[in-house]
Amino acid sequence: MVRDPSSAISISSLLKIKGWREIPIGGIITDAGNSQEYETGGWRSFRPIWDDSKCNNCKVCWVYCPDGSIRVRDGVVAGIDLNHCKGCGICAKECLQGAIEMVEESTAEEKVKR
Amino acid sequence: MDNITEIRWHGRGGQGAVTASEILAEAALEEGKYFQAFPDYGPERMGAPIRAYTRISDSPIRQHCQVTEPDAVVVLDPTLVGVVDFTDGIKEDGVLVVNTVATPTELRKQLRFNHGKVFTVDATRIALDTIGRNIPNTPMIGALLKAIGVVSKEGVREEIRKRMEARVGKEIAQANIKAFERAYNEVSEA
Amino acid sequence: MTLQKVKGTPVALEGDRAVAEAMRQMNPDVVAAYPITPQTEIVMRFSDFVASGEVETEFIPVESEHASMSACIGACAAGGRVQTASAGAGIALMWEVLWVASGSRLPIVMHVVNRSLSAPLNIHCDHSDSMGMRDAGWVQLYDEDVQEAYDNAIQAVRIAEHPDVLLPTIHALDGFILGHSVERVELLPDEAVQEFIGTYTPVHPLLDVDHPVTYGPMDLQDYFFEHKRQQAEAMVHALDVVAQVGGEFGELTGRSHGLVEGYRLEDADYVTVALGSTVGTIKTAVDLMRDQGVRAGLLKIRCFRPFPAAAVAQALASKKAIAVLDRSLSFGAQVNPLYLEVIASLYTHGFAPKAVNYAYGLGGRDTVPAQICEIYQELIRIDSEGITGPVLRYLAVRD
Repeated sequence: MVRDPSSAISISSLLKIKGWREIPIGGIITDAGNSQEYETGGWRSFRPIWDDSKCNNCKVCWVYCPDGSIRVRDGVVAGIDLNHCKGCGICAKECLQGAIEMVEESTAEEKVKR
Repeated sequence: MDNITEIRWHGRGGQGAVTASEILAEAALEEGKYFQAFPDYGPERMGAPIRAYTRISDSPIRQHCQVTEPDAVVVLDPTLVGVVDFTDGIKEDGVLVVNTVATPTELRKQLRFNHGKVFTVDATRIALDTIGRNIPNTPMIGALLKAIGVVSKEGVREEIRKRMEARVGKEIAQANIKAFERAYNEVSEA
Repeated sequence: MTLQKVKGTPVALEGDRAVAEAMRQMNPDVVAAYPITPQTEIVMRFSDFVASGEVETEFIPVESEHASMSACIGACAAGGRVQTASAGAGIALMWEVLWVASGSRLPIVMHVVNRSLSAPLNIHCDHSDSMGMRDAGWVQLYDEDVQEAYDNAIQAVRIAEHPDVLLPTIHALDGFILGHSVERVELLPDEAVQEFIGTYTPVHPLLDVDHPVTYGPMDLQDYFFEHKRQQAEAMVHALDVVAQVGGEFGELTGRSHGLVEGYRLEDADYVTVALGSTVGTIKTAVDLMRDQGVRAGLLKIRCFRPFPAAAVAQALASKKAIAVLDRSLSFGAQVNPLYLEVIASLYTHGFAPKAVNYAYGLGGRDTVPAQICEIYQELIRIDSEGITGPVLRYLAVRD
């Protein structure tokens, strides 16, 4: 997990941060799809709660989600990836069945099947 | 200093001054010589006065500047007389070759040019007679070679033939060669 | 690589066409270019080769120079061997993407035909364009004549693609003065050029879908500096690579050029430092001065980026007086780009000979041997009287 770079931490204490000789040149990212390792779930102030009883699997939410955080398995919606969902609320806005509701993160309860 | 022959051409855009400069350079290449041929453009349009330069030498040419003290000046357009100061810098024993109906003596008087040699030929009439168009560069090359034998006449004739045949066909190439030969023979000196 | 000397064919070619010929022989994968005087002939001639099938290059006629460099970046990142050409305002228009090319470590080769930057509008030669991009992280070679324009075009590919470098590279030829000037050029056979540049093996091609990579991601405060540090290191390696490639090319052709060259330099007291076509003119002036008994000499800079500081310092350390010629102005700086590099090289190696800066040739202003001789006369005077008057002088400017 990448630490928040804006916090004031001395270089010597960041054991996982690398020097210029150890990283690929040109900023090229050589392990494809490693954005999975960067968990942005902690950025949320609102959490989407998905009610699968109202869901008809149209997957409009999946089309619109900018973070690929709508889980789909075997053609049906399986839940929301809360490790990456940033809480933008687009899925709730676009859902044609009203199956997604945004609630405050600090008071949200886990209601979604993982 | 190295023995370099420096030529300055004066004309108007579209009359073939740059081409003439290049034909001479290619003839020099065939003779194993070193050369430079380059234009001096102001506003790039047909009819604007332009200059071109040729340098030919047996040794590599290193300077990259304009020719300021030419051994020869060639003027392709008679309307430049009195308009452009093309005698500027001509060496003491240099030659001036001008496309004009005036005789060399008349031209000397008009230009108040009193050193070197002056050659004149009516290249416009020759071009119209042979090629049928007022593009005086090939006859002027002929006149220049009579004035200053910097490369062989046969070499230049061959270059004209090669270049013209490739671009405008055999007939026009032959016409240009005729123009070249006529001017070589008809140019007069004073 | 074992190289045998290859026989060249002498031809009469103007600079732009010699470059186009080199490009034809190199047959790059992609050329994305936009025309601008005095580079247009390069792109024109090359597109003839594309149309006639003499090259297999994918030629992308783009809508601007910003687009041409952007397309080059994409094509190069995809894994192609990519070239382009530009001049003056064209280079200025692609400014932001020049930095993207170097930052992404893409070995693009650009043939630069030096032209001034407007305003006022001027299509003729000076070095404001290439000097304007001197901090952009591109390797820069300067051509003295049309032969070098051809030679450096080919060497640029080897330099850029070298695994220790991987930086985009330019070689610059003076607009009109070399670009439109027909000179005697010895061309290599096609196969010799192909063999010299070899096959390009990109390290991280985007089109290798079995090893997917991402180019141009975001870098925050934690890593950007480290990536730039890598670039700086690549430039250090480039010093050796430029010299090495120059040596190999010399084995092939008999024409060997390194980072700098001296002309009658070793025993010279009075030295000019310059790059580009004026170097040739200076050689004529040096001979004239030597005929008069003056120990004049010249230091030619072939590689401006990376700057060969140690070689320059060593060459100039003990000279009595030096004149550095700049064909561009760095407005507001006390002196101009080449002078700054020379002085920095000397200072950081512990030397401080007397040196003055001459700005010359802006907007295609002609520079003749007689003017250079005057500079040598001034150096003689400086040697005995010191630098009285400004360090920066303007050559042949009417007051």
